Amino acid sequence: MATEATQTGHVSPVSLEEAGVCVDSHGGAIGMPQLCGEWMGNQIFWLLLTLVVLYFVLSRVALPRIEAILAERQGTITNDLAAAEDLKVKAEEAEQAYQKALADARAEAQAIVAEAKAEIQADLDAATAKADAQIAAKAAEGEKKIAEIRETALDNVKAVAKDTAKEIVAAMGGKADARTVTAAINARMKG
Amino acid sequence: MASESLGMEAGAEKSDGLVFHPMDQFIVKPFFGEGAVGTFTFTNSSFWMVMTVLAATALLVLGTSGRSVIPSRIQSIAELCYGFIRKMVEDVAGKDALPYFPYIMTLFVFIIFANFLGLLPGAFTPTSHIAVTAILAMAVFLTVTVMGFVKNGAGFLGLFWVSSAPLPLRPVLALIEVISYFVRPVSHSIRLAGNMMAGHAVIKVFAAFAPMILLSTGLGLLVTPLSILAITAVYALEVLVAFIQAYVFTILTCVYLKDALHPHH
Repeated sequence: MATEATQTGHVSPVSLEEAGVCVDSHGGAIGMPQLCGEWMGNQIFWLLLTLVVLYFVLSRVALPRIEAILAERQGTITNDLAAAEDLKVKAEEAEQAYQKALADARAEAQAIVAEAKAEIQADLDAATAKADAQIAAKAAEGEKKIAEIRETALDNVKAVAKDTAKEIVAAMGGKADARTVTAAINARMKG
Repeated sequence: MASESLGMEAGAEKSDGLVFHPMDQFIVKPFFGEGAVGTFTFTNSSFWMVMTVLAATALLVLGTSGRSVIPSRIQSIAELCYGFIRKMVEDVAGKDALPYFPYIMTLFVFIIFANFLGLLPGAFTPTSHIAVTAILAMAVFLTVTVMGFVKNGAGFLGLFWVSSAPLPLRPVLALIEVISYFVRPVSHSIRLAGNMMAGHAVIKVFAAFAPMILLSTGLGLLVTPLSILAITAVYALEVLVAFIQAYVFTILTCVYLKDALHPHH
């Protein structure tokens, strides 16, 4: 670029810039294009034009529309919240009714259980008493039998003792009188 | 210009190697054909301003044409944009500034779309020109000043009279306040144009290094990937700047509007 500029260059870029020229002979920028006075009017005109258009588009169409959308959404949310509140109250009522029904049913069930328990207890008591009586009767009978057996066993022991004593006395060479032996045995068995 | 002398040096050193023309992208030229740029000529700048309006219309009008209670993606972006600026106006300038909301929204939408469209490769960025941003800033400045006097009468001058300061200091502060008030449109416009111009010029400078590999393989292996990386990084930064500058311009407008509506400190 620099070499070309010196070949074709009639004037230096600085003097061109001072003369108010913004572009060199190759279309490159001289200095800051932002400071080129030649282009400012154009930019200002188009800026004002586009800004005014944008302002009307926004203030007439876009902003009212978005505002309406947001307001509608707010309304919907408020309505939905109110509906939700209603439904919540209803749900609470339903739950209370349910809890009450549950409590009633529970109380009834308890009453039935208590009744059944009392009935069973009565039956049980009667059966126990009957069984006790039977057991007592059987026990008394058994005791009586045992006493009888003991009695006969004692007599048998006496008889065996008498016979044995008589035989022993006879074997010893003594003469045993039956009555004396019996008396002696009885005395022994008492002692 | 520093970049230009750099370009000449580079051009001289590498014979006809790297070409640096970072400012050429800001040249205003007729969109159709050749010739001089008159006031009403449809230029590349005009084209991208029109594109800005069309893109904004596409988002905010076509995007919301469904008017659905459950928004589509585009509609929720439009709503987000609306809510963002409306909340900003309400928070910064107060509820009584809401009648001016469409005006502020117009500024924001215009700047942000111009900034983002300018990031498309080959596009022209109208907001990189001081002529454009100066008009935007002057419009704000004049509106706010006129409105301040209309709403508050002479009371608007209370803006410059810091009643909380000690009495002897007040004239000095008033002078400083007046100067700072008149500097507002300058900083307001140069901040936007300067940010947009600088980022775009830096990208171009890095881009001029990218063809190094065609000139020297050894040096190019190092320089070319680095410059591409740098372009990407600066581009990412520019995306951020494109939004931030639109935001800053808008919020400052709200601040100035607040001063006009409530001039007392």
